[in-house]
Amino acid sequence: MTNFNFSSKFKYANILSLILFALSVILIFFKGLNYGIDFKGGTLIELRSNNIEAALIRDTLKNMNLGDVNVKKFGKEGDFLIKVEQKEDNNKLIPEIKKNLSESLNSEVNFRRVENVGPKVSAELLQSGIIAISLSLAAMLFYIWVRFEWQFSIGSIVALFHDVIITLGIFSLLSLEINLSIIAAVLTIVGYSMNDTVVIYDRIRENLGKYHKLDISNIANLSINETLSRTIITSVTTLLALFSIFILGGEILRGFSFAMILGVLIGTYSSIFVASPILKFFKVSYKTLEKEEEKIVP
Amino acid sequence: MLNFSKINVLIIYFLFFIISIFSLLNFQNKDNQIIEKKINLGLDLQGGSYLLLEINSDNLIEEKIQSKVIPIKKLLKDNDINYNNFKINSKSLSLSLDNIEKFDLLFNSRKNNLVNPYLDNYRSYELGYKKISNKEIEIFFSKFGLLTINNSALKQSIEIVRRRIDDVGTKEPTILQRGEKRILVELPGLKDPERIKALLGKTAQLNFRLVSENNNEFGVEELISENGEKLNISKRIIMSGENLIDAQPSIQNQNNEPTVSFTLDRLGSQKFGRATTDNVGKRLAIVLDGEIVSAPNINEPITSGNGMISGNFTFQEATDLSLLLRSGALPTPLLVVEERTVGPDLGEDSIKSGITSLIVGFILVIAFMLYKYRVFGLIANAALIANLLMLVGVLTILEATLTLPGIAGIILTVGMAVDANVLIFERIREELKTEKSIIHAFDTGYTRAKITVLDANITTLIAAVILFAFGSGPVKGFAITLGIGIVTTLFTAYFLARHLTSLIVLNTKNKEIKI
Repeated sequence: MTNFNFSSKFKYANILSLILFALSVILIFFKGLNYGIDFKGGTLIELRSNNIEAALIRDTLKNMNLGDVNVKKFGKEGDFLIKVEQKEDNNKLIPEIKKNLSESLNSEVNFRRVENVGPKVSAELLQSGIIAISLSLAAMLFYIWVRFEWQFSIGSIVALFHDVIITLGIFSLLSLEINLSIIAAVLTIVGYSMNDTVVIYDRIRENLGKYHKLDISNIANLSINETLSRTIITSVTTLLALFSIFILGGEILRGFSFAMILGVLIGTYSSIFVASPILKFFKVSYKTLEKEEEKIVP
Repeated sequence: MLNFSKINVLIIYFLFFIISIFSLLNFQNKDNQIIEKKINLGLDLQGGSYLLLEINSDNLIEEKIQSKVIPIKKLLKDNDINYNNFKINSKSLSLSLDNIEKFDLLFNSRKNNLVNPYLDNYRSYELGYKKISNKEIEIFFSKFGLLTINNSALKQSIEIVRRRIDDVGTKEPTILQRGEKRILVELPGLKDPERIKALLGKTAQLNFRLVSENNNEFGVEELISENGEKLNISKRIIMSGENLIDAQPSIQNQNNEPTVSFTLDRLGSQKFGRATTDNVGKRLAIVLDGEIVSAPNINEPITSGNGMISGNFTFQEATDLSLLLRSGALPTPLLVVEERTVGPDLGEDSIKSGITSLIVGFILVIAFMLYKYRVFGLIANAALIANLLMLVGVLTILEATLTLPGIAGIILTVGMAVDANVLIFERIREELKTEKSIIHAFDTGYTRAKITVLDANITTLIAAVILFAFGSGPVKGFAITLGIGIVTTLFTAYFLARHLTSLIVLNTKNKEIKI
């Protein structure tokens, strides 16, 4: 078993977390998130063609007066991703864009992917994404409250907020696109981070019962060390799987796997350095557990 | 925890084999299937189009409220209620009455009320009214009246969308109602949805109306013909598309021009015959969705019930028009509010990269576990392989749809599934330090880790369930594989791996065991 003194670092870690959290909130509010067409509405076209330049695509689309147009290389040579902003539903837009591109690019154009999300649907998707994340946080809060004591419940939720906000903050900083698969990633991060926290909390609860003389700092320290090997092994295997997706899984899964990698790293950190200190803050002791048992046993 | 009764072992392996065997069904020969079950590929993997269509019932409500004008006026007249200031607004009617009480009795009467029918299933009248002033009232559709109009329009639209898509002949289309106003259409394997979108984008309301010479006449509107001519068209409809039984594209012999020939039903033939007999020499406009297709001269009465529409069509246009006419008119225009189309080659690429990353991730995890736990790594890996087989087996039994994020979910399951065994093994390691009896140490290890393993997995399961409830399309596929993966993980870790462990531990007795 390792014997690191984690609790002595809690203070520094908490300051770091607070700074990162605050920076993330500032970024999210002032720089904003780069919503993809799923949440902003618009048209996305992925095309493949030989010997064409992004500039040519850009010029062709500019001549159509479409408003905000974004063209970038996507994966292999000759693959491009085009995003067109769209304020209202227009069923004729896609065929027109396709026609104009085919004509002006003057070579075989393979439209590999076309997505179009109207303003109403994108607003609904954003709303249900926010509801899903909020609901999952609430469900976790409730589950931990049932399985543990309220102090643990709050500790785990604070850690979850920490993970979600900082992941989104990094996405904002790097201007990475937020789309439906990122919401899926965030929800999985919530599940994963919770999983990590629960393992440590379980051990803390067990040790609280075992060693009445140790205070919460020492208990937390002991518990983190006892579970550290597992925490690392599981993070490593999960990261191995995620890096495999990130590198080999293709462009479409890249954002998703990147968010998950961030989430696993931050989630592992937070279950040690955020979730555990909060128990110290609430002065949790074996007496907390006894009170709880009295409530349940009769 | 290490003692298994024979019957338990039997049940565990029976379950494992049965479920795993289902995973093999995905590799059977297509022509010669024993059981017709397999995992479906999502549109993002096999290529195809997803369309979400929305009906817009505004026009329909306008039309319907206008159709109430004559019955209401008749009701008032028949019952000697004087009215004036009768106004038709976009979605309501307003008028002044001298006897609102009497009107109320007639208007809200359940018996034989043709003007304002009582909707039994909603316990509400179709129409409602409110007093604007002492004498003036406004009549509009009630909440349930609107709902009835909307629902019947949606049902009818789904039917017509189905007919049009079937007529084009794509393979295995899915057409479903989504909410109160939307229709979901999935067209697997379709490379270019533009033709279908164009076909679904037309309401295809066809009618035959006379061209009027007099432009001041009441009930005339000016429309532009196919060759740019401004024509005054009578609003009176001689016959509409409803009377068509069949329409087919054909080539006119004289000048090889593609046309649409149509056949009318009995009522249509009568109407058409009478109108053409009475109006020989005049021009007849064929109007489709408010645009003139053509306006030929009536040379002779057409009483056979057969006719032909020409209008400078290409053969494709003639084919599409006949398809639209055969399938009938949509009650309201349909708008494509969401579209996702994936070409077949991107789908193939996605499958390839998905499978590659699955294999690589799998090998990496297996190698790491072997390195970390040696013999018990083998057990964890056996459990992992069993886990994958069972996961694919359950997906096959459910005939679930596998999407690209779904493959990511499987890879993630591989990464996270070992967690259960890691938790258990780490616990056993700790127990071995204090416990003298090895068997006892393993036993306590399993018992103590059980609650933690459950707690840890239930949290991920909660996330997967919420994702399944709120996610759409590909993301749902991720939630499915992640959720089922957790269940199979628990099974393999707590039954299969535990049994394998017990075999090793019980056979080596109390000799040294390293974990």
